[in-house]
Amino acid sequence: MTAITAADAPTQAPAAPRRSRRAREISGQAGWAVLGWVVGIAFFLPILWMVITAFKPESAAETWPPQFTFSPTLSQFRLVWDGMGPFIEHSAIATVGSTILVLVLALPAAYALSIRPVGKWRDSLFFFISTKMLPVVAAIGPLYVIALKAHLLDSLWLLIILYAAMNLPLAIWMIRSFMLEVPTEMLEAARLDGAGRFREITEVIMPVVSPGLVSTALICVIFAWNELFLALNLTVTNASTMPMFLISSVPQEGLYIAHLSAAATVASVPVIIVGWIAQRSLVRGLSMGAIK
Amino acid sequence: MAGVRYVGASRLYAKGAKPAVDMLDLDIKDGEFMVLVGPSGSGKTTALRMLAGLEPLDGGRIEIAGRDVSDVQPKDRDIAMVFQNYALYPSKTVAENMGFALKMQRVPKPERDRRVHEAARILDLDETLLDRKPKALSGGQRQRVAMGRAIVREPKVFLMDEPLSNLDAKLRVQTRSQIAELQRRLGVTTVYVTHDQVEAMTMGHRVAVLSGGRLQQCASPRELYDNPVNQFVAGFIGSPAMNLQTAPLTEGGARLAGAVVPLAPAVRVAADRDRLTEIVLGIRPEQMHLTDAGPSDTVPALGGSAPAAASVGASAGADPGSAVLLGDVVLVEELGADALLHVRLTDGGGSVVARAEGRKPPAPGQRVAFRVQSADVLAFNPATGARLAG
Repeated sequence: MTAITAADAPTQAPAAPRRSRRAREISGQAGWAVLGWVVGIAFFLPILWMVITAFKPESAAETWPPQFTFSPTLSQFRLVWDGMGPFIEHSAIATVGSTILVLVLALPAAYALSIRPVGKWRDSLFFFISTKMLPVVAAIGPLYVIALKAHLLDSLWLLIILYAAMNLPLAIWMIRSFMLEVPTEMLEAARLDGAGRFREITEVIMPVVSPGLVSTALICVIFAWNELFLALNLTVTNASTMPMFLISSVPQEGLYIAHLSAAATVASVPVIIVGWIAQRSLVRGLSMGAIK
Repeated sequence: MAGVRYVGASRLYAKGAKPAVDMLDLDIKDGEFMVLVGPSGSGKTTALRMLAGLEPLDGGRIEIAGRDVSDVQPKDRDIAMVFQNYALYPSKTVAENMGFALKMQRVPKPERDRRVHEAARILDLDETLLDRKPKALSGGQRQRVAMGRAIVREPKVFLMDEPLSNLDAKLRVQTRSQIAELQRRLGVTTVYVTHDQVEAMTMGHRVAVLSGGRLQQCASPRELYDNPVNQFVAGFIGSPAMNLQTAPLTEGGARLAGAVVPLAPAVRVAADRDRLTEIVLGIRPEQMHLTDAGPSDTVPALGGSAPAAASVGASAGADPGSAVLLGDVVLVEELGADALLHVRLTDGGGSVVARAEGRKPPAPGQRVAFRVQSADVLAFNPATGARLAG
């Protein structure tokens, strides 16, 4: 008698808590999902607003409360298109040039800090990162004087060099972490197979770290493209970049919000496209160091 | 003609620390399959890497084909290595993986292709796999590509670092025999590292047992099994492991589980010379033979009192060179053909494992008796582990 009821009871008791536990799980997940959406939309909203405003005529852009219904126009984009030519060109050259220079320098540096570490590699690494600790505002004075004496003011070469210097510590750290992922056994096998240092890098290491290289290059592109402070202070016309063009859309008097929005949208497009194309490689590259 | 010699080879990782490899002296004949076996940290992989040139020597030297290669670059030693994790180049095809070393040696392409195809044929690697990348291959296929990479180089010595440990059990057994057969066919001196003593016993012409960086014994598998030179080798080789029990010495021999196990005179002499009061007895599981020892419920009295010893000795029948050990079965592991009995011996004799017939093994809790022949029993010095000659 007691045997039968004792056998039944254990099967009933867990069923009820199991149901409510599952319901709690689902509602918990739903809660997080809603929160995630809210935060995501909150971050995205200003950008969405910027893009919408870019299509408005100037009069409709400056109203409060903001207008949602308007007749879209491409007039602002046309204005931006006419004005931005040289700026986009300078930005492209400075960005691509500095990124190439960064990769050329960072690869051997990362190699010397990971696969065949030099004597004082820890100190070297710290030195690289310490250069990022100096606020660029403090360095701008000496930089200006050096650029002046070297006759490099308002030249693209100056931007290429400075952007490369700016991105180099980050690139070295990132590429180094990818190189640490290369299995030592593979390097030993290559050594046994007779691969010299050059072959070791080109045939064994590069194929393994190439997603990491792509993501490093993209990060450098994004930072170089968006850089304002150095461009503002060290260039005037011959090397002025897109961020400078954006600044010029904010005149002393009056506010041309629609024009600014259009310029900002156009300035963002290249980086967004580049990021979109390589998003998988970016995620893979950035997480490569994390998961062993 | 490529023998390998380790002459006093040592490797220290830090000054003052225990050497990873301690004065290793090993003579490997041309064409021999030498297995380096031992537990983790025994120095076997380090010894292999020293031969490969991946680890420097801190003492002694290493010779390949009579030439001192201690300071020679790995690529110039004319060796080839199969790594535990295969270390295949993921961005290259199988054919490119196998031909990479030849490419580094600037061997012309037609010759390279010929050797790659030949190696693939020897290893039974399908031609269609040659254009695939490693990630499209199964574990067993990758392992064969790793071996192909070594074969293609036609080296003087093959080095293998636990190449089977990443395969599942069934594939391991299959590949084990394939590697052994391949080595016999090619006749290349091979040094093979493993922690699995079954692999060691089945594959090697000779086996070198290492522990703590030191060579314990180097002999044929049979010799290691029958004549271990110390307690470590005795307990390491053979599965299930040899039963090792500490037993105090008495008049007739050593006392274990209330019975007196007779010892050979040479063993007694050695024990007396070392002034031992107790020794370690080594009995292999298959040497404990189940027997009906007369009245199984009469437990022999403690202490080698004459009447009790006599009664046990009497039931041992006309076999003074044996003893009967009593115990209770704790666990029975049925393997089909055999059964392994885990037995707790009486009189504080400790736990032993015995091999019995698989069909009708004793049940757990049953009292059993084993007859052991003194000729089968090995004796070791409890302090040093050295075998007492016998």
